[in-house]
Amino acid sequence: MARARRLHGWLALAVVLVGLFSLTVGATDVALGPALWKLATGEALTRMEMIVLWDIRAPRLVLGLLVGAALAMGGAVMQGLFRNPLADPGLVGVSAGAGLGAITAIVLAGAAPAWLAVATGDHLVAVAAFFGGWASTLLLYRVSTRRGRTSVATMLLAGIALGALAGALSGILVYISDDRQLRDLTFWGLGSLGGASWAKVLAAGPIILLSLAVASALGRGLNGLALGEATAGHIGLNVQWVKGGAILTVAGATGAAVAVSGGIGFIGIVVPHLLRLSSGPDHRPLLINAALLGALLLVLADVIARVIIAPAELPIGIVTAVLGAPVFLWILLRQRGMVDL
Amino acid sequence: MIERRALLALSAAFCAAQPGRAFAADEMADVIAIGGAVTEIIFALGQGHRLLARDATSTYPAAAEALPDVGYMRRLSAEGVLSFAPALIISAEGAGPPEVIEILRAASVEFAEVPEGYDARAIVAKIHAVGAALDVPERAQALAEMTQAALEAAVAQAADVDAAPKRVMFVLSTQGGRILASGTGTGADGIIRMAGGTNAVSDFDGYKPLSDEAVSAAAPDVILMMDRTGDHAATDDELFGLPAFSATPAAETRDVVRMDGLFLLGFGPRTAEAVTALNRALYTS
Repeated sequence: MARARRLHGWLALAVVLVGLFSLTVGATDVALGPALWKLATGEALTRMEMIVLWDIRAPRLVLGLLVGAALAMGGAVMQGLFRNPLADPGLVGVSAGAGLGAITAIVLAGAAPAWLAVATGDHLVAVAAFFGGWASTLLLYRVSTRRGRTSVATMLLAGIALGALAGALSGILVYISDDRQLRDLTFWGLGSLGGASWAKVLAAGPIILLSLAVASALGRGLNGLALGEATAGHIGLNVQWVKGGAILTVAGATGAAVAVSGGIGFIGIVVPHLLRLSSGPDHRPLLINAALLGALLLVLADVIARVIIAPAELPIGIVTAVLGAPVFLWILLRQRGMVDL
Repeated sequence: MIERRALLALSAAFCAAQPGRAFAADEMADVIAIGGAVTEIIFALGQGHRLLARDATSTYPAAAEALPDVGYMRRLSAEGVLSFAPALIISAEGAGPPEVIEILRAASVEFAEVPEGYDARAIVAKIHAVGAALDVPERAQALAEMTQAALEAAVAQAADVDAAPKRVMFVLSTQGGRILASGTGTGADGIIRMAGGTNAVSDFDGYKPLSDEAVSAAAPDVILMMDRTGDHAATDDELFGLPAFSATPAAETRDVVRMDGLFLLGFGPRTAEAVTALNRALYTS
């Protein structure tokens, strides 16, 4: 417990350091230090420094922090809610619905009514992904809620069915897509922070921050649920409130994250487990630590994605999986049989 | 024919005069080329020394391949492109993502988009567009005239074959035994027609997976593929061993043509050559 709380400070410090690092490295030789020195001494920044630091790296850093925190906290909440180590935000249908929304937008953008294109500008794919994610979550929630009580098992099964349906509909759209749209679909599925802009930060930021705030209050409730729903009710928890809150905040956070960054796998499932292995299953510190570690790892992965083959860029989903999966396997090997919720 | 030789000699001379990177530090170099055909045209215009970098599809000429690669054109990195401090980007249609293009424009990088197309007129239009962007309209005019003459000659020669037109099926991939073939409205469709063939698949637009029966029904005389590694590198035996192809005329004569993708489908200065090469491959065996 104390150890998990101490982790808050260390992780927060690491996030700050990695954030500064991400502002200072990139394909151009613009660096943070000299720019800050210029600011401090009242000298004007060059146009190049302004654009690289303020329009490219800064929104990318902020978006990386938000998306990483949203995905990791979403994973932690889902694993707690479903009492299942394999749960990730995908289970509530967000990923399948968001994916279907994005694919629809990519393939059918040409057929969309003009007012829609005007209303969303260049962000049609992001908007469609967000609404797709939300719509499927609400549908699942409706299907699995009877007389004010949500059955987590029904939700799990219905989520699998809905995922299959969304996959099939996506398949139809893939079939009618052309060569270029196919490539866009592939790249969207691998995720990227490459299109980061302040507009995206402003669109996704409030939703993610609000969801994170609500989710961080769910720690006690999730601890209660770990004892089983009946027991949780007996110790005075409003079980339905915890379940509904968990599902809606995860849908909000991951829906917004997926909308602005595409499909970034791995963070949601691995980060919470890493933390449980190192500092125990108590959800109260876990949720905050997960947000911090998720933000940290995603920003780090993004730095690697944009530096390793500069001037080109790797999709970030490749980096998170290639680096994350072996590390996770190694940790599991060392701690054989120790995964508990 | 004469124009064609002159064109080849001209582009060879330009290419030979530009050992690529050696000029990168030149103050003249301020352009990034996006798209295989765009890059080829820039070199054919003798402006290769003005290039700082190119995208992943720009693999010809060798001097272009030696330039730094800014990645896939739909997924450009704003900072990666800016790190070259370009004044001008000449790009094939559809570069992105839009946020990145916005930032590049904000950084006062000029952005010239070259329209795509799959016939002689489109190639000439591309040459003029690139020439205008590089401010060498006279050279572009000369190259366009030569390219057009060479194309017309190649197409006329290709049409002048004493044989029934062959039904050609362009196969993009055969991954997992699933045939991804070209319908109409693609570069493959354009080059097949220019080379005096008939596209065996004409009932849809773009590239689509075909069922085994549809492949049999299309009855291609020749299978046309891109010459590269990976799943495209299926051997003739593997290819004609697929159930889809086993009942086609092409399987009987084991007629498969493999050509370099950019050469075949680039629709740039080398397309006249590609037309002649494909025509020969189709009708002489």
